[in-house]
Amino acid sequence: MINQSLKQLSQMLASKEVSSVEMTQTFLDRIKQYNPDINAYITLDEDKSLAQAKAADGILAAGTATPLTGIPMAQKDIFCAKDWRTTCGSKMLETFIAPYDANVITQFNHAGAVNLGKTNMDEFAMGSSNETSYFGCVNNPWDLTRVPGGSSGGSAAAVAGRLCAAATGTDTGGSIRQPASLCGFTGLKPTYGLVSRYGMIAFASSLDQAGPMAKSAEDCALMMNVMAGFDERDSTSLNHPKEDYTSKLNQPLTGLKVGLPKEYFAEGLDTDVAKVIDNAIAEYKKLGAEFVDISLPNAGLSIPVYYVLAPAEASTNLSRYDGVRYGHRAAEYDDLMDMYMKSRAEGFGDEVKRRILIGTYVLSAGYYDAYYLKAQKIRHLIADDFKAAYKKCDIIMGPTVPSTAFKTGEKTDDPVAMYLQDIYTIATNLAGLPGMSIPAGFSKSSDGKDLPVGLQIIGSYFDEARMLNVGHAYQQVTDWHTAMPEGFA
Amino acid sequence: MALTIHDIKRIAHLARIEINDSEADKTLNKITGILTLIEEMEAVNTTGIIPMSHSQDVVQRLREDVVTATNQRETFQKNAPTVGSGLYLVPQVIE
Repeated sequence: MINQSLKQLSQMLASKEVSSVEMTQTFLDRIKQYNPDINAYITLDEDKSLAQAKAADGILAAGTATPLTGIPMAQKDIFCAKDWRTTCGSKMLETFIAPYDANVITQFNHAGAVNLGKTNMDEFAMGSSNETSYFGCVNNPWDLTRVPGGSSGGSAAAVAGRLCAAATGTDTGGSIRQPASLCGFTGLKPTYGLVSRYGMIAFASSLDQAGPMAKSAEDCALMMNVMAGFDERDSTSLNHPKEDYTSKLNQPLTGLKVGLPKEYFAEGLDTDVAKVIDNAIAEYKKLGAEFVDISLPNAGLSIPVYYVLAPAEASTNLSRYDGVRYGHRAAEYDDLMDMYMKSRAEGFGDEVKRRILIGTYVLSAGYYDAYYLKAQKIRHLIADDFKAAYKKCDIIMGPTVPSTAFKTGEKTDDPVAMYLQDIYTIATNLAGLPGMSIPAGFSKSSDGKDLPVGLQIIGSYFDEARMLNVGHAYQQVTDWHTAMPEGFA
Repeated sequence: MALTIHDIKRIAHLARIEINDSEADKTLNKITGILTLIEEMEAVNTTGIIPMSHSQDVVQRLREDVVTATNQRETFQKNAPTVGSGLYLVPQVIE
């Protein structure tokens, strides 16, 4: 059951081959068995999950089920889920019980999906390895000594280890796609504004976007049908007409024009990763796609721009954690100021503090124009590069990450090296474009492990249905997406 | 511009995060690396470029000024560190 697609699982439920309670129990049992090895989940609540499954069985029996009714899904612990502990990977929110549902959670609840539990993540989504989580790092199911990527590392390990049918994630600079690449599954970051941010704990509001993390493009399409949609409670939500993201899945790729940005194949790309990407390109040529060379001349500035904008927005967003209304409060303090200072010093981890300090600095008096405003202007140049590129092609392809999963601890002392993990993914966040990573093969590590490699597919605005079509077509002729890590069968 | 320990402590104060000397020293090293990365932006000519905050041409939506949510004080205060008589308690601010 565990390796079946969402469509197959849905059929199993519809035909009464298995009930949602049984399916949910299967995944809960797997979580009990494997979670101690990978630490993918922060919070589990079997009673709540099984109650939802029982309710789903009622809907199935009544004949009013929709495609995800009764399907057990993992939710990144960044989404508030009513009466569930919601920590965002931080000591600051260690005991926070969400009093309401995020829009994403509401949508899955309406669809009758089952919440299996809340997944581990880098603290406040700041990280690319899941090592900044207060609840411990997550281990990559393909090699337990390596990171799963981040920030959605728990969701990633849960999907790769088949500890859920599918999961949600969020992506501010690559936090869905980079772990999808490192853990070998399909992850989609939609166009900014397509999925509501309501109830999703804020990191960098102009970049944060939620999306699906699943075994295949088809699974992601089914999840997008539930997740996407206008929400007046999110001031940046876009009033885009509802789409059926499965409708274009089976279109032929004949004549599809794919752009290859030369900057994504330059120095810094691991040669084994490059080989995997070349093979994927060859496969797409067989499917009828045509390739053109393009250039994104300002892409190299993505990381500097991101590390101004994201910390600036984060420092503002995280100012709400003051130890007054919710969150950690220091045990001892002299006065109100001391209470703020100690509560925040104790509640936040090192990486979060570092980013708050950078953000505070770049927004401080006298520096706003030189940093924040300058970064927003270059952001415009980066978005314009993509606009020019889409005059020459329908879709862009390249590697998702320059290398495969690295060893836990390898980059923790060097934030800049860690930031380079997102060198190919950040530009899409800055431009607000949709990006996806699909498994395209493996690369052998020096110690003989097969490590997954992801192919990135970047679409134009609102072109998710075509991207999913491009992913699905490849997954009809390859089987990288069905491969499972040894020991998790 | 190179930052000093003094700058780090001033920024930490602005951010309301307590920091001791050894933490400030470690932080300085790491932040300096990040700022060096950020300074790559300086070389770019951005004269006449409009700053971008949203990829789509959007305007701030307005809505009618009507009540949309009911009072849930008790629910919300369950997460508060200390409350009393329905109020959030903090150290005395006004003498």
